[in-house]
Amino acid sequence: MSIRQIAFYGKGGIGKSTTSQNTLAAMAELGKKIMIVGCDPKADSTRLILHSKAQSTIMEMAAEAGSVEDLELDDVLKSGYLDIRCVEAGGPEPGVGCAGRGVITAINFLEEEGAYEEELDFVSYDVLGDVVCGGFAMPIREGKAQEIYIVTSGEMMAMYAANNISKGILKYANSGGVRLAGLICNERQTDREDELISALASKLNTQMIHFVPRDNVVQHAELRRMTVVEYDPNCKQAIEYRTLAGKIIDNKMFTIPTPVSMQELEDLLMEFGIITEDDETIVGKAAHEA
Amino acid sequence: MPKKNVHEHGTQVMEEILDGYNDKTKKDRKKKLEVVSADTEKCGIVANRKIRPGVMSMRGCAYAGAKGVVFGPIKDMIHISHGPVGCGQYSWSARRNFANGTGGVDNFVNMQITSDFQEKDIVFGGDKKLTNMIEEANTLFPLNKGVSVLSECPIGLIGDDIEAVARQSSKAIEKPVIPCRCEGFRGVSQSLGHHIANDSLRDWVYEKDLHGAPIEDSPYNIALIGDYNIGGDAWSSRLILEDMGLNVVAQSTGDATMSEIANTSKAKVILIHCYRSMNYISRYLEEKHGIPWVEFNFFGPTQIVKSMRKIADMFDDKIKEKTEKIIKEKYEPAFKMIVEKFKPRMEGKSCMLFVGGLRPRHTIPAFRDLGVEVTISGYEFAHNDDYTRTLEYVENTTFIVDDMNEYEMEKLLDNFKPDLVGSGIKEKYSTQKSGIPFRQMHSWDYSGPYHGLDGFAVFARDMDMAVNGPVWKKLTPPWK
Repeated sequence: MSIRQIAFYGKGGIGKSTTSQNTLAAMAELGKKIMIVGCDPKADSTRLILHSKAQSTIMEMAAEAGSVEDLELDDVLKSGYLDIRCVEAGGPEPGVGCAGRGVITAINFLEEEGAYEEELDFVSYDVLGDVVCGGFAMPIREGKAQEIYIVTSGEMMAMYAANNISKGILKYANSGGVRLAGLICNERQTDREDELISALASKLNTQMIHFVPRDNVVQHAELRRMTVVEYDPNCKQAIEYRTLAGKIIDNKMFTIPTPVSMQELEDLLMEFGIITEDDETIVGKAAHEA
Repeated sequence: MPKKNVHEHGTQVMEEILDGYNDKTKKDRKKKLEVVSADTEKCGIVANRKIRPGVMSMRGCAYAGAKGVVFGPIKDMIHISHGPVGCGQYSWSARRNFANGTGGVDNFVNMQITSDFQEKDIVFGGDKKLTNMIEEANTLFPLNKGVSVLSECPIGLIGDDIEAVARQSSKAIEKPVIPCRCEGFRGVSQSLGHHIANDSLRDWVYEKDLHGAPIEDSPYNIALIGDYNIGGDAWSSRLILEDMGLNVVAQSTGDATMSEIANTSKAKVILIHCYRSMNYISRYLEEKHGIPWVEFNFFGPTQIVKSMRKIADMFDDKIKEKTEKIIKEKYEPAFKMIVEKFKPRMEGKSCMLFVGGLRPRHTIPAFRDLGVEVTISGYEFAHNDDYTRTLEYVENTTFIVDDMNEYEMEKLLDNFKPDLVGSGIKEKYSTQKSGIPFRQMHSWDYSGPYHGLDGFAVFARDMDMAVNGPVWKKLTPPWK
């Protein structure tokens, strides 16, 4: 069977890395062979799998060695929980250089070195917040990730981000064959959250593949640099991640997204009472003025 | 051969050129072509606009303007081409800016110094590399008087903070470090690079009131700017100014020192040769220090004498009298000898001139002094005011083109068959292959100087050599 390449996108801080690592750990439990490619300069996409603070990254090591051509695949690939292969693209500290170029360089390196030729079922890309430039769109360009999972929540900005990411997917959907595979709702305990995300999903021509409830055990596991699946395999949350893992493995719904306009998005939020009637009088007014 | 109505002929050629374009390009290029005469009051060309895609333009980029033109010739500064190696390497020593001094000791004009960006510098940023590099360069070349940092495209894309590095490094090496944001993608031609470089000098030299070597105060202190000393031009211009009794305290940026750059603000009058590339700093210094500036033209007898008088008018009677005296006793007789020798060989020839942003109009009268009519002209990167200024120099019907491309040039050569073309290296060989003599008017074709009295002698000889070279009689062009 050919490798399925998947990617997790979503607003910054939404819980992409936590959700993806827990889900991928559960998929590994189900016998799948997995490689994680972290595409975030923070390099925290693999810490729960490797139990490490932060993995040395391709770009860091390339800078030390001189250039990326001086690296070997074994230098950058680490094995973690259930033999999940882990690699981090890495990049500069905030405010300098070009993180996008780092992602491009790292992914090209992995391809040239044959990282994808091993026996793998899934390659997963964990990408930073927004698709701010061409570099962060690299994982969804031709020949890379085919299935995109957007992690979101019932908060307005998370939904805006999901819609924007859909626009990015749409751009490459025709040329590269990338498809939207579903929204993962990471609960923030907002009103009617599951219904709202289901409604958003149908507007975007996709599904809410799973609703991941909020549970403090995730926090306990994180402190130990572990996934919930490994830390407390029998807890309720581990079962949720296993369910999501199963759904991803069996997923057949890959669609070209239909991003909506700002107006439509706001209408949706209004329908669910997140924002009230189009009350122009409150726009731009501070609390004390109201 | 009976002379055709030149104006009509020009208009016909223009129609023919435009007919070769698609509608969009035609609409755009229509604003760049015009046939003008001595009585034309206003040139309608809309200049300094983006190039049409799909044509071969002759323009350069902002980095070329800032590094190649303005900063590059300052001899005792280290000029860092900041970014990948190509920009610095392929523009290395391309402009023949002569400079006195010992190479690698107190003269760095002929060196190519680059931060040689690698992939890791793009990803992690190049600020640290730049800091180290400035310190290393300062150790290697201790007699340097300052550093300029000339940004190539990637620096602007990744947003490196070269200004912060400049401030820090300047403290560390105790010399001026001037950052210049001349990324090549900015603007439509090298012209914006000149402007950006002028602004860098303003902000990092004149706004900081940097001091040059002490100079003796005199009412005759002048600064000569916008002369890049191509083939020794500035040296030859300077001779005239000194003959007039003026004291050149600063020369920029050809054969210039950092001290002279700073001392420009101490001059009583600023004389500007290349208006296009340094008018910005002249206007600024006038505003800040109240120094008047005056444009002049030291190409060919007519303009040299006219300019000498124009400059003398800025000073007292002593200078005016001396100027008249030397014009009469030295310059006019010397020019007469040159003209008498070369004019008979050149009279009646026609010429096409297509160069940067100033020289076409500045050299039209020099050609006229030799009896050569310029019939086609234009600029790569001029602005609208340059075309207005060009009209002052036009005496015969002239076909004017802005931002000429290869196709238009071929059409024009084909239709007008000038006896000589003056343009750049990219145009040289195609022109010569079509059987037309050619001189490079950017670099003086490995010759020079062309400014001043000495320069005119060289200019006249070179043009004669090109037009009357026996080689052209050995081949028959297709139309003969």
